[in-house]
Amino acid sequence: MAESMSSIRKLGHAVVDRIWRLGFAARFLVAVLRYSGPSFRRLPLTLREIYFSGVLSLLIIMVSGLFVGLVLGLQGYETLQRYGSTEALGVLVALSLTRELGPVVAALLFASRAGSSVTAEIGLMKATEQLKAMDIMAVNPIARVVAPRFWGGVVSMPLLAALFSAMGVFGGWLIGVVFIGVDDGAFWSQMQSGVDFRYDVWNGVIKSFVFGIAVSLIAVFEGYDSVPTAEGVSRAITRTVVTSALAILALDFVLTSFMFRGTS
Amino acid sequence: MNRTVLDLWVGIFVAIGIAAFLFLALKVGNLSSGHLSETYTLQARFDNIGGLKVRGPVKSAGVRVGRIADIRFDPATYEAVVTMDIDGRYRFPRDTFAAIYTSGLLGEQFIGFDVGGDDRMLRAGDTVTKTQSAVVLEKLISQFLFNKAAEGQGTK
Repeated sequence: MAESMSSIRKLGHAVVDRIWRLGFAARFLVAVLRYSGPSFRRLPLTLREIYFSGVLSLLIIMVSGLFVGLVLGLQGYETLQRYGSTEALGVLVALSLTRELGPVVAALLFASRAGSSVTAEIGLMKATEQLKAMDIMAVNPIARVVAPRFWGGVVSMPLLAALFSAMGVFGGWLIGVVFIGVDDGAFWSQMQSGVDFRYDVWNGVIKSFVFGIAVSLIAVFEGYDSVPTAEGVSRAITRTVVTSALAILALDFVLTSFMFRGTS
Repeated sequence: MNRTVLDLWVGIFVAIGIAAFLFLALKVGNLSSGHLSETYTLQARFDNIGGLKVRGPVKSAGVRVGRIADIRFDPATYEAVVTMDIDGRYRFPRDTFAAIYTSGLLGEQFIGFDVGGDDRMLRAGDTVTKTQSAVVLEKLISQFLFNKAAEGQGTK
């Protein structure tokens, strides 16, 4: 009896704790937005974060995009060949990249490459009491440390996703046209007639922007809210990657159901 | 405040990102070609539109001259009302014939304009009166079978 009571109590604690954290995260987002002024007035702060989360992610994003495009090209050709419509390879590659794979895979990579390092940085700053020291020196740590990292991520993410899609299309072209020998003109013209700018490309950009906000918020929040020990920081990093991945995929479903409900 | 190497890298990064976006917009998407700058609307009524889709093409002589803007059902006449955005560069005679065709055996359906010989042209907001509905494959097959059956009875 006592055992079952205590397990129910634990469950209740866990639920209340989660909700508590969610509320704190919402308040944290408001605080980040409110103290965002310095990240734009003192642009070098944000530029530095764009460098760390954006520029340093270039290589992994471009190489992954290229390989995803290569695989799409091979698999797409293999399937389309059965229906004798290999010219549609361009549409297939471009639509799957701009609509889904570009934003989603780029965001997943971004969360594990840049989000985790942001969490680690802020978490270690907290563990070594640098954030507290700033507070004592009358420097708001949210304005000085958190907001620039948040905006750096938000700016970088759509650019990285566009780059991922472009590299993927290039990879698909490389396999389809250069290696297999699909007609070059048909590849591009089918792609252009099948991909609508506003409907496909722009919706992908909106997706990547939303993912950028989600991943950056999760990364800075997990760092700021981490337990200030070595173990706590490592847990926070793990949570960043896991929560970001779940948030990206869930948000992707929600956004897709808004954007691409089957047209009549 | 001095320029740093870091600024250069961020600049390169933003430039590459914007270039990728422009590539997607112009080369992958149809912002350059498929976007019709100046359009006027025409309407057409069909008994059956088959699998016609919004944003599908409107073609004349096989050339894309517009796109389908809207498809509605008219409860008064039980017909489908299709609204089309036609490229402003092209004018069509009043007795133009609008038919629903299928590209290939299983391809997408589109509206084809077969141009008539009238001197007067269709103006914005006009309705194309001469239309031909989509060919419904099931109907065609059942008609063929019925005809066959009828023939078989006649010869006996």
